[in-house]
Amino acid sequence: MLLIECPWCGPRDETEYHYGGQAHVPYPEEPAGLTDEEWGRYLFVRENPKGPFAERWCHTAGCRRWFNVVRDTLTNEILRISTGST
Amino acid sequence: MTEVLPEHPDFLWRNPEPRRRYQVLIVGGGGHGLATAYYLARNHGITDVAVLERGWLAGGNVARNTTVIRSNYLWPESAGIYEQALKLWEGLEQDLGYPLLFSQRGVLNLAHTPQDVREGVRRVYANRLSGVDAEWLDPVQAKQVCPILNISPELRYPVLGATYQPRGGIAKHDHVAWGFARAADALGVDLVQHCEVTGIDIHSGRVTGVRTTRGEIGAEKLALCAAGHSSVLAAMAGLRLPIQSHPLQALVSDLLEPVQPTVVMSNTVHVYVSQAHKGELVMGAGIDSYNGYGQRGGLHVIERQMAAALELFPVFARAHVLRTWAGTVDVTPDASAILGLTPVANLYLNCGWGTGGFKATPGAGWCYAHTIAHDEPHPLAAPFALDRFSTGALVDEHGAAAVAH
Repeated sequence: MLLIECPWCGPRDETEYHYGGQAHVPYPEEPAGLTDEEWGRYLFVRENPKGPFAERWCHTAGCRRWFNVVRDTLTNEILRISTGST
Repeated sequence: MTEVLPEHPDFLWRNPEPRRRYQVLIVGGGGHGLATAYYLARNHGITDVAVLERGWLAGGNVARNTTVIRSNYLWPESAGIYEQALKLWEGLEQDLGYPLLFSQRGVLNLAHTPQDVREGVRRVYANRLSGVDAEWLDPVQAKQVCPILNISPELRYPVLGATYQPRGGIAKHDHVAWGFARAADALGVDLVQHCEVTGIDIHSGRVTGVRTTRGEIGAEKLALCAAGHSSVLAAMAGLRLPIQSHPLQALVSDLLEPVQPTVVMSNTVHVYVSQAHKGELVMGAGIDSYNGYGQRGGLHVIERQMAAALELFPVFARAHVLRTWAGTVDVTPDASAILGLTPVANLYLNCGWGTGGFKATPGAGWCYAHTIAHDEPHPLAAPFALDRFSTGALVDEHGAAAVAH
């Protein structure tokens, strides 16, 4: 089980959190102007690296706030934790 | 002392040095890669083939799955390819000339809520329309199939019924991979182990070869078949895939007398159980929530899975967990595979089987070999093209796949 440090509540077990996938994926500025390929990429394609990965977690069983984590997907080492809106 | 030790049994395949060039290179020496190589040689007469495996043959997900075989998926597209696989399973031991311990002991998919019941009944009708054997059982009938199943209405998630596919079952996963490897090798395919692909060479939009830890190897056609590592490989060709790699855990108990006569799966309470020929109970869980390549997951997932199993099968209370492990599964947004051509000429893709690739092994290999040989999708594979994620023609199998794929 991962031990994740919530920026507001401190270190808690993974079971207190909800996973949110890749971080920093903005909603398209002009969704109606996208091609089908571009819209498909926005909907369905996310980074899937073997190594450091910027991802979102929500402390659902605590403060219920979202934050960003950079975690190595091979070793599970957490490299950086930051607050942020996306 | 050495005089009394038995000889090493016959090796099932050669261990050749890779040549500098092949007609077809398959990246990934798991079940799907080996099956693809075998059918390329057997069905299409293409034997100038090498399978490149970064570790040892059949050491990834084909060694880590829970060996469930079934074809009772909802949509005709899925029923087509999974039923093709099941029909191949039914003759595979004779075809490969190798024992696979293929056992059609039936598969129960339990329903625990009124919505589960509606979905289950709908799937049974859909399966019959697709030519897949399927029955709807009430709880008493389900208990006749699986006498140790707890159908008490007092359960937190009582059993309200089950879909049943009598032709489903299990096989011995290692033997499946070894059987394909042995047969492919006998037809002239080079199985190259400890050969990791580190780069893909593309000139003028065409694949020309790969760089590996054992040197450069040229290829007329390159077929990726690397399950959880598909994103990593595809990135070498400049492709981004709609895939997320997750840990998927499983476990076995100590060896027990035969108590579990069939395969029982439950999406709602997140567990699936069968009993291997040797006697261990084999159980699988849902994926761990986060992306991961580490081939391990969290114990809390196992704990939840054990709680569900114990409620359904109180007799398991005295069993012990012998070992747990995880594989890296390649999950797509619609819980269906990606099989077909890519934007790069002569580069082919078979991935995205997620939590359920083992059952598809012969069918995926059959269709992938055809796709590679003819440079166009096999009719059964056509719905699973990569471009469905821009056309929107998804094959949504979350209901039939879900946790217990």
